Amino acid sequence: MEKTISRPGLSALLEKLRGSRALLVIAIAVGVLISFLTNGDITTAVLSSALRQSTPLVLGALCGLLGERSGVINIGIEGQMLMAAFMGFLANVYTGNLIIAVTVGVLTGALLGALLAFMSVTLKMDQIIGGTVINILALGLTSFFYQQGLTTHGKLQPIELGPLADLPVIGRVLFSNPPITYASLILIFVVHYVLFYTRWGLRTRAVGEHPGAADTVGINVKMVRYINVIIGGGIAGLAGAYLTLEAVGSFERAMTNGRGFVALAVMIFGKWTPLGAWGAALLFGFASALQTQLQFGGSSIPHQFIGMLPYFLTIVVLAGVGGRSRPPAAVGKLYQPE
Amino acid sequence: MDISIVVLQANGITKRFPGVLANDHVDLILHRGEILALLGENGAGKSTLMNMLYGLYHPDQGEIWIKSELVRLRSPHDAIARGIGMVHQHFQLVPVMTVAENVMLGAEISGFGGRLNHRAAEQRVRNLSQQFGLEVDPTAVIEDLPVGMQQRVEIIKALYRNAEILILDEPTAVLTPQESDELFRIMRELAQQGVSIIFITHKLREVLEVADRISVLRRGAVVGTTTPAESTREALARMMVGRDVILQIDKGKARPQEVVLRVENLAVEDDRRQLAVKNVSFEVNGGQIVGIAGVQGNGQSELAEALTGLRRYTAGHVTLLGETMNAISPRRMVNMGAVHIPEDRHKHGLVLGYPVVDNMILTDYYRAPFSRGFLLDRASIQAYAERLVRQYDVRTPSIFVLASQLSGGNQQKLIVARELARKPKVIIANQPTRGLDVGSIEFIHRQIVAARDGGTGILLISAELDEIISLSDTILVMYRGQLVASVPAAEATREGLGLLMAGVHADAIERA
Repeated sequence: MEKTISRPGLSALLEKLRGSRALLVIAIAVGVLISFLTNGDITTAVLSSALRQSTPLVLGALCGLLGERSGVINIGIEGQMLMAAFMGFLANVYTGNLIIAVTVGVLTGALLGALLAFMSVTLKMDQIIGGTVINILALGLTSFFYQQGLTTHGKLQPIELGPLADLPVIGRVLFSNPPITYASLILIFVVHYVLFYTRWGLRTRAVGEHPGAADTVGINVKMVRYINVIIGGGIAGLAGAYLTLEAVGSFERAMTNGRGFVALAVMIFGKWTPLGAWGAALLFGFASALQTQLQFGGSSIPHQFIGMLPYFLTIVVLAGVGGRSRPPAAVGKLYQPE
Repeated sequence: MDISIVVLQANGITKRFPGVLANDHVDLILHRGEILALLGENGAGKSTLMNMLYGLYHPDQGEIWIKSELVRLRSPHDAIARGIGMVHQHFQLVPVMTVAENVMLGAEISGFGGRLNHRAAEQRVRNLSQQFGLEVDPTAVIEDLPVGMQQRVEIIKALYRNAEILILDEPTAVLTPQESDELFRIMRELAQQGVSIIFITHKLREVLEVADRISVLRRGAVVGTTTPAESTREALARMMVGRDVILQIDKGKARPQEVVLRVENLAVEDDRRQLAVKNVSFEVNGGQIVGIAGVQGNGQSELAEALTGLRRYTAGHVTLLGETMNAISPRRMVNMGAVHIPEDRHKHGLVLGYPVVDNMILTDYYRAPFSRGFLLDRASIQAYAERLVRQYDVRTPSIFVLASQLSGGNQQKLIVARELARKPKVIIANQPTRGLDVGSIEFIHRQIVAARDGGTGILLISAELDEIISLSDTILVMYRGQLVASVPAAEATREGLGLLMAGVHADAIERA
């Protein structure tokens, strides 16, 4: 049931904006097509960059929404990503094996997920505090132990998917990517399927909406929360591994640069659904790519303003969508059986 | 139907909590296809007993036999596996999911990789609906359904798990009279088909209407078992409370004085800024009880909040004791001599984390003799609280016990004591006896009538028809934010009011 509430002024404007989301997508698609016909190389570069920028965001959002769908707010995505990026980087430095490095990153994220679950489910701590603890911990540890001058053994390279990679525009953008990017695309659909079409997903959502109802039919509320938060942590770990092992190839202090928090915004904009989050992440990634391109393009607008574009877009979009999307009812609440 | 088969038997069940003997050697027998009413006041041990049958608590002593097999129920899981289903007083349904999803949750029909089979679940729900006459759309989303319908989903949930013994915990507390009648029809239908039902309640009328047998619980022990044919309301009430109870409030004729509260064309919006009270006008005289009847959620809460300064009204006038109020502030109202017994005693009535003594002075803490300068006078506060606790029969081990540790009835008595001790000229009482036991209800009703006889004007808002009819001098019926009828109490009937509350127009009743 859609509950429509008429509100005056600015909110009415935003209301209209919501309806025009489909229109926005079409406008972007048309714009891309025209620009491709005029300048193919730049367009492909912008789209590839959009996908690259969106990858850590959508992974972070998947982490956030697995937690929140089961009733646990994860504000520590930033810290999970950063720590995983660092550990993955160290593993790469000392073993030289990228597969081991990625695994280490994922496990680091999962371990921090287990820590968050322990704090918020077992110790019954305030979940915001728990997440903040992880963020501060990760920033402190990685900055303290990071030494300059460590050399890595390369980074993950793009894999071309045969003839698909030769298709115009989308071939280069979609079918010529490194492995974590492919993995993230697959994960979006897997998480979506699990959450909405399987027994586990039904139980997870029930625990996030009404843990009492789940408990009285014999579902182990604590276990469901633990597992979801740990798997989410692993996915955030993959996002961290993406940064050091696939995108950059090395580590810098605080290199996540707020992506964990933007991922939360992406999750909300996507209405706590994986596909929605993907759309939101792509929009943000596209704005970032466009921003970079405009700065290179020598536009007369001061670069500070162009640099605001992705963030400005996030604010507008979040304000516009905030009223209608509804978080899981029991999110952030401690479950205390009678 | 062979009713002689015993499906459940409890022998000598005893359960102790620190300081309380909740169940004292309770024996209980339930036959196949039988509706057994478990009657008792709040705190009599009904819920404890049922929680043990549902595996949530474990008895300290005693045995539970299900279908002549001695069982140990360690968790609800065990109870469900033994064919016991429970419909909790607060529904355990996920509001944003469909009926079928809620029914199958925890016992899903699924295929490869846990893929849910919605269609099979929906069909199962439809079959159960048909078999037991529980009509409900399996694809409907719970939050769109009325309360009575949600309760059916809970019953289907139990039947889906093959429950043969159904425990209904205070199932009528949230229903309209019509919905209750519908529930009783369903209960009889279920019993007819061999389901055994334990029906927990403290409402005497319902027990006599629907039960096959009645067991009465008092202070943790079964004090008697009887049948509706052999019993009367008075006799049941006596068993339940342990003394004679005056069910019909003994009140003389009202002697109305001048108008103390006048409401004209009042309009109030709810939290979603929809008009919840529309153009409402009425008067309350001193020495008179005006009752507002209505199904919950028809604007009564908003009306009460507006009149007590907890919510702004958007249009209209309120005149209190001859003074026109432009904006009502709770403190100004209290100072003028109007008091409020709020609907939600936990949210608006008490500070649960405060002891009884501090709750007693919530309205007057800032003035003499409780406060001197900016210091509280503990001695006079404690003396005052001790006196009120005695006078209003608030049962508490001491005045330093937290309000949260009192039973609902005693919490409500605490509020009534605090407010009525101020000798108010106007009382706005919203659901003053909701969820209370017969003894407490009787006590509070007597206090309200005594206040009326002392010349106080009382606005009584209640969804409980019996309460409205027995207390009020004039009855107003509220439906969708409007007052749709005004009936002198002497002419009111349950049926007539029930129809008005359901939105059937007054003229239609007269014509019929």
